[in-house]
Formats: sequence, structure tokens, C-alpha cells
Amino acid sequence: MAARPSSWSILTDPLIRQNPVTLQILGLCSALAVTTSVATALTMSAALTAVLVLSAALISMIRNHIPGSIRLIVQIVIVASLVIVIDQILQAYLFEISQRLSVFVSLITTNCLVLGRTESFSRHNPPGRAMLDALGNGLGYSLALVVIGSIRELFGAGSWLDWQVFQTVDNGGWFTPLSLMLLAPSGFFLLGGLVWALRSVLPEQAEDPELLPPDRPEDIA
Amino acid sequence: MADLNPLTAWRRLLALPNESRTKTLVMAFLVSVICALAVSGATVILRPIQAANRAAEQQARLEALVAGIPGMSELLASAGGTLTTVVIDLKRGRAAEEVTPATLAAALQDSGNWTALTPAQDLAGLGQRPDFAQVYLLRGEGDALSLVLLPVSGAGYNGPIDAIVALRADMNTIAGLAITGQSETPGLGGRVEEPAWLAQFPGTQVADASGTVRFAVARGPAGSEYEVDGITGATRTSNAMTQIMRFWLGPDGYGPFLSAVRRGEF
Repeated sequence: MAARPSSWSILTDPLIRQNPVTLQILGLCSALAVTTSVATALTMSAALTAVLVLSAALISMIRNHIPGSIRLIVQIVIVASLVIVIDQILQAYLFEISQRLSVFVSLITTNCLVLGRTESFSRHNPPGRAMLDALGNGLGYSLALVVIGSIRELFGAGSWLDWQVFQTVDNGGWFTPLSLMLLAPSGFFLLGGLVWALRSVLPEQAEDPELLPPDRPEDIA
Repeated sequence: MADLNPLTAWRRLLALPNESRTKTLVMAFLVSVICALAVSGATVILRPIQAANRAAEQQARLEALVAGIPGMSELLASAGGTLTTVVIDLKRGRAAEEVTPATLAAALQDSGNWTALTPAQDLAGLGQRPDFAQVYLLRGEGDALSLVLLPVSGAGYNGPIDAIVALRADMNTIAGLAITGQSETPGLGGRVEEPAWLAQFPGTQVADASGTVRFAVARGPAGSEYEVDGITGATRTSNAMTQIMRFWLGPDGYGPFLSAVRRGEF
């Protein structure tokens, strides 16, 4: 990037073109863990976006004074403190939701996405742009989560945002829920499928293979 | 070092190169102090609200449990609509004389009021068991005990599971179960909270004629009057529920208390 990208592209690039989950492959653990239903995916997205924006702002503000030798630990301490504070606020004012998210809120600390953005962007940009970038990435993460969450909830429970789309057999309908959709492996399958679909539509996202197979296998021997 | 004006000292510090050792140490110290203040501040300020939330939720679940048991609303109305709370001494199976619900929390701070469990006894993965527990009694007509509510807890797959078991007057028929706290995997083990699963508990038997606790969460559909259906994809959580129920309704849990109730001591 030779020229400084415009604010608009900083905000919108991470939505699809530079999506943190499908292109940067960051923050996958939580993306797999909380996507069993759309509601938890949305709450988790909101919490992560909040942490991302706040940590980007804080780190960007002190970016010129972070000593290089301890920069990672300074960033992670700030992120971890923010996560604890947000977790406490959720437990105090949004108790129901915090019960449903259980441990995953505290695990935002270890979400590679947060550290990835502070390390690669906030450390070199003024607070306004850093927050914009963080917001864009948060929204990109949310988009990926909601897509996977929708598929999993729709086929795993026959509902979307707790609204029954397919009548399940238990309730006298025709739809047999796919329990696999509620298990972690289906998150992997769907995410893989999503990455594949996106890279077929946008071929520039595909990476060059790091190792080329030999043209003729007998050459190895 | 002669200049002691904090403002100039601060400016000098900021002007230091980022690689300097002094600046590294001071920055590390400042970041830790500020973060520590933010974290402890949030915890301390918000703790009363969180405690109130938890207490309200416990109360709501208790009420939902009682209300969900068939015929219980009428019983509650005739009993004056309230439950009596009793602290019992688990070892002796009697009401505790010196501990009241108000002083229970303080009593449990004292490690002398806990009993260590041997691995063979420790079905629920607790490590140690309090000697006192708060139970709720519901009396019907003629002051006869119609229902007891027993708080139970134990190790689940991701963390502790807390629940309240309601037993009918024979102390052998489950009248209902309410999960009051769990951190199992959402969508899998977390389904222990679902009303559809909990609805199987009413009517399930606890122990056979010889007094051995037979209750179990089955692998798959329930096969006997002592079993409820297992949860698909959550074998560890299902097993944990079996062990928690077996421990607390067995001789090392509420066993002595349940015998005392059967003897008519309550």
C-alpha cells in the first residue's frame, strides 16, 4: 500500500476483501465455539468489537511511547484488562447474556484478532484511523460469525434467532435437526466451505501454494 | 536528578528513546498500575450488582422449579405461599443447632466445617463437602412435609454444575430439578438447562428397595424408572449429572437427612 488508504476503505475492506476470519484466518477458536446459535454469535461479536475498538484507541494513543522490547506484553495487558472490565460490566448489567457466553468472553483476550490488529495497525496509526480499522475488523468478524451461526442454527435446530423456521420432528413437523451442526467439527466444515466459496468468487484472495507437488512423482524416488 | 518538578520529569521521560531501560521499566510499571486499578475498580464497584443478580436468579429458578411441579402452586397457596429454610447438619442428618441461614456463609468460611472426601467417596468431584447445607421444606395440609428442595453441586465438563433437586414426601421420587449454575458447552452440555430435558425428572425414582441410589442419566433413551434420557454429544456432562445426583442423594450427601425425614423427624 503505497498511498494512505482512505478512511472508507479502512472501514469497509475488512468486511469481505480483507475479512479477518476468512482471509486473515484470525480468531477462529471463538468463531467455532460461539456459533451454535445466532444470538450468542451476535453478542460475542458485539463484545469483541467493543474490545477491539477500545484497545485500538488506547494502544494507538500511547503508540509512540511503547518500548519495543515489551510491546507485546504491554498490548496483551491492556487487552486483558479491557476484557475483564467488559466481562464484569456484562455480568452486572446483562446478566442473562453473560451466562450464555460463559467463558468465551474472557477468552477474547486470547483472540488472535485483537492482538493481530493492535500489533499490525494500531501501533503505526493515529487513534481515529486505528479505531476505524478496529471497527471494520470487528464488523468483518461479526459478519463471518453471523453467517456461520445462521447456517448452524438453521440446520442444527431448525430456527433462526430463536424463531422457528423449520418445524422439527419433536414438535410434530418434518425437520430432523442435524445434531452435527451443533458440534464443533461442523464449524470447521462450514468455515472451510466459506473460505473456499469466497476465494472462488474473489480469486485474488487465494494464496500461492507454498510447496508445489513434483510434476512426476517418480522424480522423488 | 536535581530537578524534582514532576511535570518536567514526565516530559523528560517521554522524550527518552523507547529503547532506554528507564523508560521501559517506567512504562511497564505505569501500564500495570493503570490496568490493575481499572480491573479491581470494576470488580469492586460492580460486585454488589452481580451478587444481587445471582441471588435474584437463584430465587427465580427456585420459584420456577416449585411452580413447574404439577399441583405445586395449589400446595404453595395452601401452605401460605412460602418455603421454610432450614440449615441441616449433613453428618448427623438433623437441623443444625448453632448455624442459621444468616450465619451459614460465615460458618462455611471456616475450614473446620468442611469434610475431606476420599477418592472413592468423591463421586461428584468436589474434593471436600461442607458439613452444613441450606435446604428448603414445603409443608402441605396438617403440617406434613410434602416436598424438600436440596441444593446439589459437582464438577461438570467445563466447570461446576449447581442444581436444586426437589423430592416428594417419600424422599425417593424426584419432583423436579432446576439447574442454578453451569458453564457447559453451549448447545451440547449446556442443554442440561433446557426445560425439555428437565421435564423428564418428575416421577423418576432415586433408590431401589435396598436403599442403593440407582438414579442415572442413561446413554441414549431412558431404560428404567431410575433413568432419564442422555444428552446427545454431551456424555461427560450426562455422566457428571449422574455422579452429582448419586453423591448428594447417597450416604455421603443428604442420605442421613433423607433417612431422618423418612423416620418422621422433620
